[in-house]
Amino acid sequence: MSGAAIASDVDALAARIPDGALIGLPTNSSGVAMAATRALIRRGARDLRLVALPTTGLQADMLIGAGCVRSIEMAAVSLGEHGFAPRFRDAAENARIEIRDATCPALHSGMIAGEKGVPFLPIRGIIGSDILRHRPDWTVIDNPFAEDGGDPIVLVPAIRPDIALFHAPLADKRGNVWVGTRRELMTMAHASETTLVTVEVIVDDDLLADEKMAPGTLPHVYVSAVAAAPGGARPLGLPGRYPVDDDHVRAYAELAQTAEGFQAYLEDCVLRPIEAP
Amino acid sequence: MSWASEGERAAFLACALAGLFEGARSIAIGANSPIPAMAALLAKARHPETKLIVQGSAEHNFFTGGGAEQFDFVAQGRLDAFVLGGAQIDGQGNVNLVAAGDYARPRTRFPGSFGAAFVYYMIPRVILFSIEHSPRVLVPRVDFISAPGAGPPGLHRPGGPTHLLTGKALFAFDREHAAFHLESVHPGSTVDQIIAETGFAFEHPDHVETTPGPSRRDRELLRGKIGAELSAIYPDFMSRAYGTGADT
Repeated sequence: MSGAAIASDVDALAARIPDGALIGLPTNSSGVAMAATRALIRRGARDLRLVALPTTGLQADMLIGAGCVRSIEMAAVSLGEHGFAPRFRDAAENARIEIRDATCPALHSGMIAGEKGVPFLPIRGIIGSDILRHRPDWTVIDNPFAEDGGDPIVLVPAIRPDIALFHAPLADKRGNVWVGTRRELMTMAHASETTLVTVEVIVDDDLLADEKMAPGTLPHVYVSAVAAAPGGARPLGLPGRYPVDDDHVRAYAELAQTAEGFQAYLEDCVLRPIEAP
Repeated sequence: MSWASEGERAAFLACALAGLFEGARSIAIGANSPIPAMAALLAKARHPETKLIVQGSAEHNFFTGGGAEQFDFVAQGRLDAFVLGGAQIDGQGNVNLVAAGDYARPRTRFPGSFGAAFVYYMIPRVILFSIEHSPRVLVPRVDFISAPGAGPPGLHRPGGPTHLLTGKALFAFDREHAAFHLESVHPGSTVDQIIAETGFAFEHPDHVETTPGPSRRDRELLRGKIGAELSAIYPDFMSRAYGTGADT
């Protein structure tokens, strides 16, 4: 036995994500598994609970629009320069999904607590905000080490996703996955029960045997399955490989303003697979 | 005022922001912020030793530790200045990036707070920035506090807002009293207009200065090296603001 399973394709990978799963998602520029997301929508996933590390955009918007999502925890859902995420906005304004507003470093801290196997981490700031008021699962204590007492500080509980799902430039045949400087992906994988990864390419060489690659490599022991999906982050970008397809995202942002337009987008770009490169 | 072009307005506001960066050893600019990025590049052109972190720029990013590192950098007190926007900003400096109306069923849901509920407390010099200057954005009281302008008392809070720059005026923030006062008005606007278009009350001196515009040197820099660099990060914005944009 050695390493992670190599899944035959993104649909086989997405089939490993059960309804109701708590899924950790990377931020827009860190390698979003968009091909696997389309596969999740095709398989009709339901009641997913999303947790973004720490923000999300097109991925969550599409899952929400397709009715796959019960709840989302995030610091923001945004299409960046293409504006608000329209299906998220519609679902929020009509109270159709549960939203747990957070702030970026609180999500990093929660995920790092999950990685370390500790129940919580303390974090500065946040006190006096309405974010805290709407987060009964966060708590405030006085710093136990403060010499003069006082010094209130927020504690955020550990985040332990059922599934970490992301797209990376490459993996090797054992399932070692290279993420480079995107170390929050390693943290997310460490904190998660199951890690599913799509990659541009699966190489023969052992990434851990290469001293230059090893520090940026997530070892296979954390990885449950890998699937090759060239262009698997499109229409989002993959740093160092390809840029965001701005025309595509702009067109999505307009179409998804209405439920009908979003449905048309799904039929064109998701339900009929466009996964061929 | 009606600016001659979007590029003119961008250059004016970038120069005003760059002035507010004066003395900062390190400046960070978030995503989707072309004018603040322009200002930061101008600040660095004036003071080459300034450390810049500009989201979307390959050159002005030195982190290797993943998404959490930039917040650790802030927590360690290493970042001096940052620019923050708000869908709503009120007279106490509270910022709302979450929702207009009732939180449970908002009239308008905005993207979310991003890092504001942390960085607004921790970075010594946060400059609030809103091109739109209207009672819609500058409200008496925000509907949701993503991050408060001051306090609460007893909290370890090394950071907070120092100024609010809009498309029409510059305000300074008094942390002790959690209040803005008008510092200068951009060319083309009057104090009375600013009062009418601001949803919160603020103090102002009898004589209010006019916000200075870009110098000849600033304009040269913006047209040359900075324009080229910005075009690589914000091609859409630069072609809108300056027609063809720079060839990069």
